[in-house]
Amino acid sequence: MVNLTIDGIKVSVPEGSTILQAASEVGIKIPTLCFHPDQSIKANCRVCVCEVEGNRLLQAACAMPVFEGMVVKTRTPKVLEARKTILELILSNHPQDCLNCIRNGNCELQDLAQEYCIRENPFEYKVRGFAKDFSTPALFRDQDKCILCRRCIEACSVVQSVNALGLEGRGYNSMVVPTLGKALIDSPCVMCGQCIHACPVGAIGEREQIDEFLAAVANPDKVVITQIAPAVRVAIAEEIGMMTGEMPMGTFVQGLRQIGFDYVLHTNFSADLTILEEGNELLKRLKEGGTLPMFTSCSPGWINFCETFYPDLLDNLSTCKSPQQMFGALAKTYWAEKMGIDPSKIYSVSIMPCVAKKFEAARPEMNDSGYQDVDLVLTTREIGRLFRMSGLDFSKLPASDFDSWMGKYTGAAVIFGASGGVMEAALRTVYEVVTGKTLEDVNFAATRGITGIKEAAVDLDGTVVKVAIANGLANARKLMEQVRAGESPYHFIEIMACPGGCIGGGGQPITKANVKRVERIEAIYAEDEGLPLRKSHDNPEVKTLYEEFLHEPLGHKSHELLHTHYHPKNKKFL
Amino acid sequence: MAEEMRIVLRNYGKIDPLKIDDYLAQGGYKSLEKARAMNTADLIAEVKKSNLRGRGGAGFNCGMKWSFAAGAQAEQKYVICNADEGEPGTYKDRLIMENDPHTLIEGMAICAYAIGATQGYIYLRGEYPFLVSTLNTAINQAKEKGLVKDFDIEVRSGAGAYVCGEETALIESIEGKRGEPRFKPPYPPSEGLWSKPTIVNNVETFANIPVIIEKGADWYAGIGNPAYPGTKVFTLTGDINNRTFFEVPTSTTIREIVFQFGGGIPGGKKFKAVQIGGTSGAFIPEALLDTPVAFDSMSAIGATLGSGATFVIDESRDIVDVATRIAGFFEHESCGKCAPCREGTARTAELMEKINEGRGSNKDVALLEKLGTVMSYSCLCGLGQAAPAPVLTTIKHFKADYEAKFV
Repeated sequence: MVNLTIDGIKVSVPEGSTILQAASEVGIKIPTLCFHPDQSIKANCRVCVCEVEGNRLLQAACAMPVFEGMVVKTRTPKVLEARKTILELILSNHPQDCLNCIRNGNCELQDLAQEYCIRENPFEYKVRGFAKDFSTPALFRDQDKCILCRRCIEACSVVQSVNALGLEGRGYNSMVVPTLGKALIDSPCVMCGQCIHACPVGAIGEREQIDEFLAAVANPDKVVITQIAPAVRVAIAEEIGMMTGEMPMGTFVQGLRQIGFDYVLHTNFSADLTILEEGNELLKRLKEGGTLPMFTSCSPGWINFCETFYPDLLDNLSTCKSPQQMFGALAKTYWAEKMGIDPSKIYSVSIMPCVAKKFEAARPEMNDSGYQDVDLVLTTREIGRLFRMSGLDFSKLPASDFDSWMGKYTGAAVIFGASGGVMEAALRTVYEVVTGKTLEDVNFAATRGITGIKEAAVDLDGTVVKVAIANGLANARKLMEQVRAGESPYHFIEIMACPGGCIGGGGQPITKANVKRVERIEAIYAEDEGLPLRKSHDNPEVKTLYEEFLHEPLGHKSHELLHTHYHPKNKKFL
Repeated sequence: MAEEMRIVLRNYGKIDPLKIDDYLAQGGYKSLEKARAMNTADLIAEVKKSNLRGRGGAGFNCGMKWSFAAGAQAEQKYVICNADEGEPGTYKDRLIMENDPHTLIEGMAICAYAIGATQGYIYLRGEYPFLVSTLNTAINQAKEKGLVKDFDIEVRSGAGAYVCGEETALIESIEGKRGEPRFKPPYPPSEGLWSKPTIVNNVETFANIPVIIEKGADWYAGIGNPAYPGTKVFTLTGDINNRTFFEVPTSTTIREIVFQFGGGIPGGKKFKAVQIGGTSGAFIPEALLDTPVAFDSMSAIGATLGSGATFVIDESRDIVDVATRIAGFFEHESCGKCAPCREGTARTAELMEKINEGRGSNKDVALLEKLGTVMSYSCLCGLGQAAPAPVLTTIKHFKADYEAKFV
């Protein structure tokens, strides 16, 4: 342990700690901008500077390691003047349109400007005037707002191994740009949106589509339906000032009705369906010598990644559409028929923890119902805004239940929201299908948690099935390299593009630290535990669907509506 | 009367730089042999005792720096010669490399032996392409004669960025990355090139080593200013009669450099100011000319010795205009990594232009002072910390010149 003094308070911290860590131990908050708890130290914004006795220079608290007997002062006039001046410099070319900004109220720079009472900036206000990049349907970039902290670059390169973002130019002309300075759509960007979480300001955000939603609600000819992805409920509470996981499902459903949805259904229904289709696909591949290992295909960021970087492995991808798209194809066929609603009038909105889902819904392959299967994708954050716009008090709102035929679900569907959940759900079903026995303990501990790569083996009556799970694309890349080299020992691999799985998706409430992702994972498994049905094949509405419409997994109708094929992206720079 | 004393330039004009035998005839590589006969701890102790301090600008005790790298446990260590020499008006390193490349190689080889390195790099200024073949010839000759044994040296050319003279930016550049400084600690002697213990020394520093080993630490420590012993090469430019170079003991005063060695101001004009150490150096007025050019005495007057570049301006020059151009230089050369330098150099240039064009006021001068002061202790590396010095010192010593600009 190292002993030091910060602002007159003695503190003892492990060797190798930084001033920032030591200060937080004794309740002293030092401002930061480039600092990110799960990333490497950058020390480039300099707003965390402090005085260290014996040092003429101020030291960056985020980077400076403590030493025995160190005396640190975090609030001297010299320090405060430096921090304030640096903030003034950063703000002098930062657009002052906070009121119109997607991060208004949730911006690290705005917070610091407030904390440091920046009123009149002595430096001339000069915005750089770059064009915004709206080239992708999932995210936008507003270069003018970029403060060059480089957190997005690390998220894209180190966490995701996508390397779509880098630096161009020098000095005052430095810019974070997509590959070769081109538009984001021409870069290897897979639209996972992890850069959005990394950004301290509003330089990157989702393509907000609230106006499209409001227009659909206002249109009397439209029947506006929705599906909610499993990771949304646990996180939506954070958007309206509640604790993670605290929003009861019934209240959430009522809230959605209040903001204008005519029917509230659930992606969990199609998640259960996915398990039946995908589980049977796996068994078929195992039995008939199909391409193995089979990869899951629920995560659209992952699909983009595979199409971009591993086009030679597309045959390994399950042909199953994601639960969002299975739902979309069924809503305008099966459900429309059952409800007696003209499918051309259905406006199908999905609520997703994901920005890549916006891209997925717009894929030309996703029109098997005869219409665009999913019309609009709103992220958890956008729903949060709609809830705040509605002025609802969720503590008083009476509960409501899902509508019929595509609203029931099991715990197996709920855990799709966390890394390892699809695998666990599949194992629960595959075990019973193959062995004919009842699975007494449905919990597979090895598949759970935020660890980047997990593996497990399951004995299916003598056949051992080896599975692996990766979350975060840099981890996925490791497994893919194994497969490409012909050295993968696995039969089935689950990949989720985002760290922690969908609960850490690019459309979730802004998530700076992985500890928040862990909280959401816990909330997901708690929900699963509390449900009466926890195996996908026990879902009564899914049973009805097969009896009345699909007839059998992997059957003719399934192939028509629930399965697809993927295509190489052929990006020239790779 | 101060006199010139040539240590690092001892072979200047005496040998053919492309002939190793000429260097050997002057006693070359004897020091390397002598060093290798010593144990490394004694060798480092000797360098430490000489009190040789880095000639690149930071003035850190050379032997002390070596001892950190020697003490670090690692399979691979590196010796890097900083030959980036990017300070405008400086060409001392070029003089050494052009005229006596073997003294640099010998100095690096002694360092390599002392710390246990087998690989060296000379990071050569991008604007010195003509020196690549001279250096490679010398390296190959030393290798062929078996003089440097298993120590290899590779010449790497920079790409013209001023910031790559900063040792960690230089290391990033060798690693093939953007030339940007790293935060310190860790310092290069513990984690440098490819995270291995690395010594980065200036050309002039290495050139001192063979002589220190030959003549002993006590001899060296007795030359010039005791706190910063030895000699320093000065390159004179601007309004001065002798626009040339000199190597003088560090006890020499600025006045002697300008008026004795430099021969004073041409055309019978009066001296206005001298900037020592390169573009980031302080502007020094007449009243402070009796300061010795040693590291600490320069610090005491708010100046730096830096590279030894000496830029003189006479009374006819517009010093605000000069400082404005310098501010533009730093705006251009800031790497952009840290906020106070990236934004601060640009704002400094903007405010200086405003004043220089007659649109300024005392408020702008006060803002420049605040900004420059904050930059000097908040920026990530030496570039941003030193960049405000010309502005701050001209405001301090020549305030009237600024006021004269206000309309």
